[in-house]
Amino acid sequence: MSTAATNQTETVLSAQNLEMRFGGIVATNKVSLDLKKGARHALIGPNGAGKTTFINLLTGVLQPTSGRIVLEGEDITSLAPHARVGRGMVRTFQINQLFDTMTPLQTLALVVSQRLGLGRKWWPSLGHSAPVARRCEELLTQFHLAEVMNQRTSQLAYGKRRLLEIAIALACEPRVLLLDEPVAGVPAGEREELLQTVAALPADVSVLLIEHDMDLVFSFATRMTVLVNGTLLTEGTPDEIAANPEVKAVYLGHGEDAQHD
Amino acid sequence: MKTQLNAQLSLLKQSRLKPLEVVFWLLAFAVPLLSPSHVLIINEIAIVALFAVSLDIILGYTGIVSLGHAAFFGLGGYAAALFAKLVMPDPLVGLAVGIAAAALLGLLASLTILRGSDLTRLMVTLGLGLIMMEIANKLGWLTGGADGLQGVVMGPLLGRFEFDLSGVTAVYYSLSVLLLFFMLLRRVIHSPFGGTLMAIRDNRLRAMAIGIPVNERLVVAYTLSAAVAGAAGALMTQTTGFASLDLFEFHRSADVMLILVVGGTGWLYGGVAGAIVFKLMQDFLSSITPQYWMFWIGLFLVVLVLVGRDRLIRPWTWWRAARGGKA
Repeated sequence: MSTAATNQTETVLSAQNLEMRFGGIVATNKVSLDLKKGARHALIGPNGAGKTTFINLLTGVLQPTSGRIVLEGEDITSLAPHARVGRGMVRTFQINQLFDTMTPLQTLALVVSQRLGLGRKWWPSLGHSAPVARRCEELLTQFHLAEVMNQRTSQLAYGKRRLLEIAIALACEPRVLLLDEPVAGVPAGEREELLQTVAALPADVSVLLIEHDMDLVFSFATRMTVLVNGTLLTEGTPDEIAANPEVKAVYLGHGEDAQHD
Repeated sequence: MKTQLNAQLSLLKQSRLKPLEVVFWLLAFAVPLLSPSHVLIINEIAIVALFAVSLDIILGYTGIVSLGHAAFFGLGGYAAALFAKLVMPDPLVGLAVGIAAAALLGLLASLTILRGSDLTRLMVTLGLGLIMMEIANKLGWLTGGADGLQGVVMGPLLGRFEFDLSGVTAVYYSLSVLLLFFMLLRRVIHSPFGGTLMAIRDNRLRAMAIGIPVNERLVVAYTLSAAVAGAAGALMTQTTGFASLDLFEFHRSADVMLILVVGGTGWLYGGVAGAIVFKLMQDFLSSITPQYWMFWIGLFLVVLVLVGRDRLIRPWTWWRAARGGKA
């Protein structure tokens, strides 16, 4: 019991006073956020609140003007994006970022090979490794991509492309997963499929979810951070956030707008 | 209901050698015997094909445009020729020297293509080609300058086969080196490493986000491509016994890009097919209209790009496609 309790409070990812300035504009203003092991943490905020900038800082696409990022005790603030992935921090994109000329199977085989450290190998073929192929089969089945595994990614239906987007991230075996609006643009019929997969993520994977869909946020998250105009407004449990008058004023009060943009 | 996916089988199927490929290569090696009078042009096609395939590694598979690939072709050529003239005449050692020189230049030049857009890369690579040509021109005491490097005499291949006037040794030498590098690159592109190159081509942002060290891969791909271009250049000077500034000329870089456009990028046989079509067409057109053959090549390119390669080689689909387009 006691070890489980300490595990729950162990911080996996810690952003400390992150600041990002583009010229005179402050996109992220001294934001701090601790992601606990196994967390289901949501980052919400109106459009233009700087949520995606924050993700870009965490993943290394942007270099913060000041502040520190610590992943499992290691300062990764100046680490290249690909090296952060190697240390277990993986993201998905709000807009699908796929390898269009490949098939889902090739894509996943490539990602799994890279994850297993085979990405430098230039002699054996991509299908040479049986463990890679087995892992691909698992992922294809889990994400309902098996029947389209040999089709060109560019020709897949949007829902399937969205599933592949998430499958790629999971193929990287993340310990910290940053989901940037995973169900954005997914038709209602395919939403359920995606939500189930998100909910079924392994319990030891820490997840930071950025989402506009409040139903999804409140059903998924056990902890929430609210970002407004690049500044951290408040952090707390879903109940605390729902009851917070400030949050209501800036965000939930415009819930109708927020869900439709 | 559990369906059998057989992911491994599907993956392996893509890299397996197809019967048609075997037929193609057997045919390629048979043509010099069947038609000895065309040995010279077959030799040239084999060399240009190897050059085109080398460009495809960065252009077609990695998505890096280059208008200065002749820099590596020329350096490989000059290095092999100078080695034969000054050190020793063995062709295989000379080939290795040409490859090594071009690879070294490719490694250095790769640092210039890591940043910037396609347009900056076009300019930077174009500049590299011009710089290399001017260096070869200025080092007249070594390279012969504008007169070219005369008197390159090759020793016998493997100590047995003389490079004689018939050109049979030369053509089989070139074809063998082409086949060797082709099969090597074929393995590379079907490997996880090759997959990471295509991932960078398709989506550099995502490639980074799945942990691919993009810059490292670009350096390796560019160096590999330069090395193979150097091999093609070495074959050129070794089989013709002559090196001139023409090896570095801009038109070589442009031609090899046209060849890839004709044959198709991101497909190793595209470089070979393009080289065959381009060289045969050039040969045929320049024999019937020595002054205006460029006009016809230009017209062909315009039609090819407008109509599309797939439709051009399937005339029976022209009207069907047109109807489909209207509907």
